[in-house]
Amino acid sequence: MKGLIGQKVGMTRIFDESGNHVPVTVLRAGPCVVLQVRDEERDGYSAVQLGYIEDGVRPESVNKPMAGHLAKAGAPAVRMIREFPMGGEDEPQLGDRVTVESFEGVDKVDVTGTTKGRGFQGVMKRHGFKGGGAAHGSMFHRAPGSVGQASWPSRTFKGKRLPGQMGNKRDTQQALRVVKVDLERHLILVKGSVPGAPNSYVTIRPAVRG
Amino acid sequence: MNLLQEVTAEYLRTDIPDFGAGDTIQVHLRVVEGNKERIQVFEGVVIGRRGGKESMSFTVRKISDGVGVERIFALHSPSIEKIEVRRRGKVRRAKLNYLRDLRGKAARIEEKRTI
Repeated sequence: MKGLIGQKVGMTRIFDESGNHVPVTVLRAGPCVVLQVRDEERDGYSAVQLGYIEDGVRPESVNKPMAGHLAKAGAPAVRMIREFPMGGEDEPQLGDRVTVESFEGVDKVDVTGTTKGRGFQGVMKRHGFKGGGAAHGSMFHRAPGSVGQASWPSRTFKGKRLPGQMGNKRDTQQALRVVKVDLERHLILVKGSVPGAPNSYVTIRPAVRG
Repeated sequence: MNLLQEVTAEYLRTDIPDFGAGDTIQVHLRVVEGNKERIQVFEGVVIGRRGGKESMSFTVRKISDGVGVERIFALHSPSIEKIEVRRRGKVRRAKLNYLRDLRGKAARIEEKRTI
């Protein structure tokens, strides 16, 4: 089982051994606590439920049913809980701590988060449409243009790219190289960018491909 | 200190001498060729520095065989063996891009006198 809940800290650049700049995203990952172990027999699938231990979570902010759930694992108050599929050799126990240590030796990871919300956007910003000329009597500027044909098919095809909500959506960045793991500060540095704004929550898992 | 600065702190160099636009410096650069490493020296006039913290870089200009050559170095790059300041220049601006249009005598920079 490998997986962690974390927060995006921000981006910076560091040097590798040969003196090249590497753009990295700093993620604060874990420590997490195992809140529940799901197994085939009882739940129909095997997974572990992790809670993200962070500063500034008041015990009063947890409601009674959740407090009971946390007490079973002897866990402090947590704000973020996520489940990770289990397919590992070691069996996690209720109340176990999971830290960035589990990602040492992992080459690539997938990072899932919520993208920055951009609100209701037009077709140029949202889908990269070209738009029309700005001047010289052009009367076509940022509009989407034609959305289909005529009497056949008499409808607009599904999936037609149109204006709408952009961002604030779950997104996964796959196969990011792990550049460094900082056990002391609970940090993982990955090469490249990660969805979301600084301080937003992310989940980190070993890459499914790459 | 914020977390990002803590992370980059260990990559920042503290052994870089103080220099700025107008100064003539020697940059000793580690160059890897095949499996051999040697030091290459690039000497010229600093025509500007830009960026801050971990992104800081500087541009050095020299005239090589009558052709102007400019190189941009990352200030904190581990490939820089050392930087030697040869001469302090007296200049009145931070970016000396005007040097590109000048050559010969006109492109000289007066030395800064320190008491």
